[in-house]
Amino acid sequence: MNDWVDIGCLEDVPRRGARCIKTPLGKIAVFRTADDRVFAIDDQCPHKGGPLSQGIVHGAQVTCPLHNWVFSLESGNAQGADEGAVRTYPLRLHQNRILIDVQTFAAATAA
Amino acid sequence: MAEKLVIIGAGMASGRMLEHLFETDPGRYDVTLFGAEPRGNYNRIMLSPVLAGEKRYEDIITHDADWYAANNVNCRFGQTVTKIDREAKSVFADGVETPYDRLVIATGSAPFILPIPGKDLPGVRAFRDLDDVEAMVAVAEKPDAKAVVIGGGLLGLEAAAALRGRGMEVVVLHLAGHLMERQLDAAAGYLLRRELEGRGIKVHCKAQTKAILGTDRVEAVALDDGTIYPADLIVMAAGIRPETRLATDAGIEINRGIVVSDAMVTSDPDILALGECVEHNGAVYGLVAPLYDMAKVAAKTLTGMAAAFKPVQTATQLKVTGVSLYSAGDFAEADDREEIVLRDATAGIYKRVVLRDNRILGAVLYGDTADGSWFFDLLKRGTDIAQMRDTLIYGQSYSGGASADPLAAVAALPAEAEICGCNGVCKGTIANAINSKGLTSLDDVRAHTKASASCGSCTGLVEKLLMATLGDKYNPAAIQPMCNCTELGHDEVRRLIVAQELKSIPAVMQELGWKTSCGCAKCRPALNYYLVANWPGEYEDDGQSRFINERVHANIQKDGTYSVVPRMFGGLTTANELRAIADVADKFDVPTIKVTGGQRIDLLGIKKEDLPAVWADLNKAGMMSGAAYAKGLRTVKTCVGSDWCRFGTQDSTGLGVRIEKFMWGSWTPAKLKLAVSGCPRNCAEATCKDIGVICVDSGYEIHFGGAAGLDIKGTEVLCHAKTEDEAMEIIAALTQLYREQGRYLERIYKWAKRVGSDSIKANVVEDLGKRRQLFERFVYSQKFAQVDPWEERVNGRDAHEFAAMADFQMLQAAE
Repeated sequence: MNDWVDIGCLEDVPRRGARCIKTPLGKIAVFRTADDRVFAIDDQCPHKGGPLSQGIVHGAQVTCPLHNWVFSLESGNAQGADEGAVRTYPLRLHQNRILIDVQTFAAATAA
Repeated sequence: MAEKLVIIGAGMASGRMLEHLFETDPGRYDVTLFGAEPRGNYNRIMLSPVLAGEKRYEDIITHDADWYAANNVNCRFGQTVTKIDREAKSVFADGVETPYDRLVIATGSAPFILPIPGKDLPGVRAFRDLDDVEAMVAVAEKPDAKAVVIGGGLLGLEAAAALRGRGMEVVVLHLAGHLMERQLDAAAGYLLRRELEGRGIKVHCKAQTKAILGTDRVEAVALDDGTIYPADLIVMAAGIRPETRLATDAGIEINRGIVVSDAMVTSDPDILALGECVEHNGAVYGLVAPLYDMAKVAAKTLTGMAAAFKPVQTATQLKVTGVSLYSAGDFAEADDREEIVLRDATAGIYKRVVLRDNRILGAVLYGDTADGSWFFDLLKRGTDIAQMRDTLIYGQSYSGGASADPLAAVAALPAEAEICGCNGVCKGTIANAINSKGLTSLDDVRAHTKASASCGSCTGLVEKLLMATLGDKYNPAAIQPMCNCTELGHDEVRRLIVAQELKSIPAVMQELGWKTSCGCAKCRPALNYYLVANWPGEYEDDGQSRFINERVHANIQKDGTYSVVPRMFGGLTTANELRAIADVADKFDVPTIKVTGGQRIDLLGIKKEDLPAVWADLNKAGMMSGAAYAKGLRTVKTCVGSDWCRFGTQDSTGLGVRIEKFMWGSWTPAKLKLAVSGCPRNCAEATCKDIGVICVDSGYEIHFGGAAGLDIKGTEVLCHAKTEDEAMEIIAALTQLYREQGRYLERIYKWAKRVGSDSIKANVVEDLGKRRQLFERFVYSQKFAQVDPWEERVNGRDAHEFAAMADFQMLQAAE
């Protein structure tokens, strides 16, 4: 069962930038690309815990601000020679509103 | 009345120092020169040819009685100074007291005499001075005289060869496994041994000398292994140690040698030391080149000018007639090193070049040393030799002329061959311009001939033409693409941004054919900087292309919190500011407060969402962002200068504050740290800064290109300014030139190395018109740069940065 909740409008997130949402599991970073696609991933680099939301966004990728690991926003996988991945969360864009399925993290907490 | 300068030691180092001193400030000092030897300064390096009978003492005198007289030097040769009284500021020799204002200790080195029985017997000599040479010659003149040389290093072998040349039977005893192990690898050591043995010199390696035998004078040497060599003369050449006894007795700081600062000053500010007796940064020196550098520095220090001794690589050459041997650098084997070796056994030639990352680390040449200086030059320059690697070992002539060489094709082109299609420039035109106008870089050629200044596709050809025309004077920087998004290098991109008037990141990416849609984390910050620097007032800064620190104007820490550093101009603060900082620390539970190297206060561990509130409080107390995160002007460090310090020559604090007030907010290719010291004692450490000022009585010495991070490098002197205004203009012009030419993330010292200090001096010092234009461009750019980013954000700018978009933390509780 999905539970889509409105977290804000597209313009709340800067192009080639990110905002965070706080969850019981920690922060999730919501990204907006130059071509207005949106993605959500854990705001924590698997390398040293760097806040990915603070990185530079290029294409559908982000570079971690601490040690320059690059992650695909689509798959959550580290790019290039680095190995690792972050969890991705499905988002919906509905009439300029960004929706996230709270079950994806609520379920995890309940379990 | 002139100050009294007393010098202890009349050797090569102090001799050179006096030459410099008399050149720059002849009347300043009343000089007294003590020398333990009963003669003036001579070229000690040439004692070997004197011992060999190839030269006479008269040939190697460097300063004769006329020179000393002409310069009013009070010579006290043959008088040994036995005591320095630092309280009374005087020295004693033969019971006579001589007062000084400044004292220079140049006592050189003492031979290391093995502490073995018999070492004091007549017939045991060191090889240090003319008396030693005369004593050795006297023994050699006896028929069938035998000599044993202890020590198979440079000095010992020169002595051995010279004595053999005089007809003595000579044995060389050497502790290590091969000769000259400090300068030679084992293979070259073997060839040298073979050569010496061919001349009739016996070489005994791994020799442990046990005792010198004899009753009234030496008769033989006994080794641990039982070998006994008869001897009429023993030459101790087992090494030298700094002669520090006088300094030790006087309570001056000693380690291995007399400890000196970069300015050659000892722990007593009135006493300098130089030459083989000193220790600088933990190293002692025995070769002449660094000693001459010390002499230059000491002379400057004595005349009140700032100067710093910077050790440079030195090369060694053995002065034995008929033996050609050359070594330079580091040639030990290691995993990360490669070597190229050439052996020609019949011709007795051995060459070995040690490389790391295509750069020469060391070279050993035996038999044919003609290319020694060429290799040494490549080594010093750190030249990338990848292109000539295949032919490198054959030397310069081969690498320049063989058909295998990549330059050959360009060199073979006729003068009328067209190189640049866009601008119709042929080879002859370019070559003529290079020669007649003294061009040395790609940019020069572009400026003068337009070749490769348009589409750039002939850049490679033009570079090869520069190489072919200039030979090894041309030192090209390999063009590396900015990143994987483009084939273009930083310089190309910058040039095209200007030429095509590209004023936004998308425009650059579109017009220059970026391979990615949106760039990457490497190129975007660089492009943003180039556009900010080139189009002040026109380009709108792209925050999303800045690294997080510059986007939120604080420094990200490993745990995702931030550190906040308020600006304190020139490192000055007030009780009110400190109170406000303390209040912020209490209010926001700041876990760590630290004083930084740039004389600022750092508040660490601040949560991102608290940043605007922290800034608001700091703003209220009159403080703004200290830009501790910026690739831009960071800090101007100062000492208290003439306001407080008894040594201060100018108002260094005031000048530092003035510079910082003028320059804050400017963006530069990499961080820019300055310092102003009020006197050459340099308490603000200005000589390792990007730009430093040393105040002197006559004005301001402006330095640049220092580093004290990954690399450590003393600054070099740019010029001298008479007034504060002149100093400000020079510093701003220098900064602007760096802003316009530096590659993103390239510190000033790397930029200076790449473009050459001569070109910087030409723009900033020599051409006053250019300096003025640079200064004015800097001033114009500052009109748009001097906005406190904290205040902007306190007033609501980029509010999205500091607040979460949504909060689901209560979700669990709600269910």
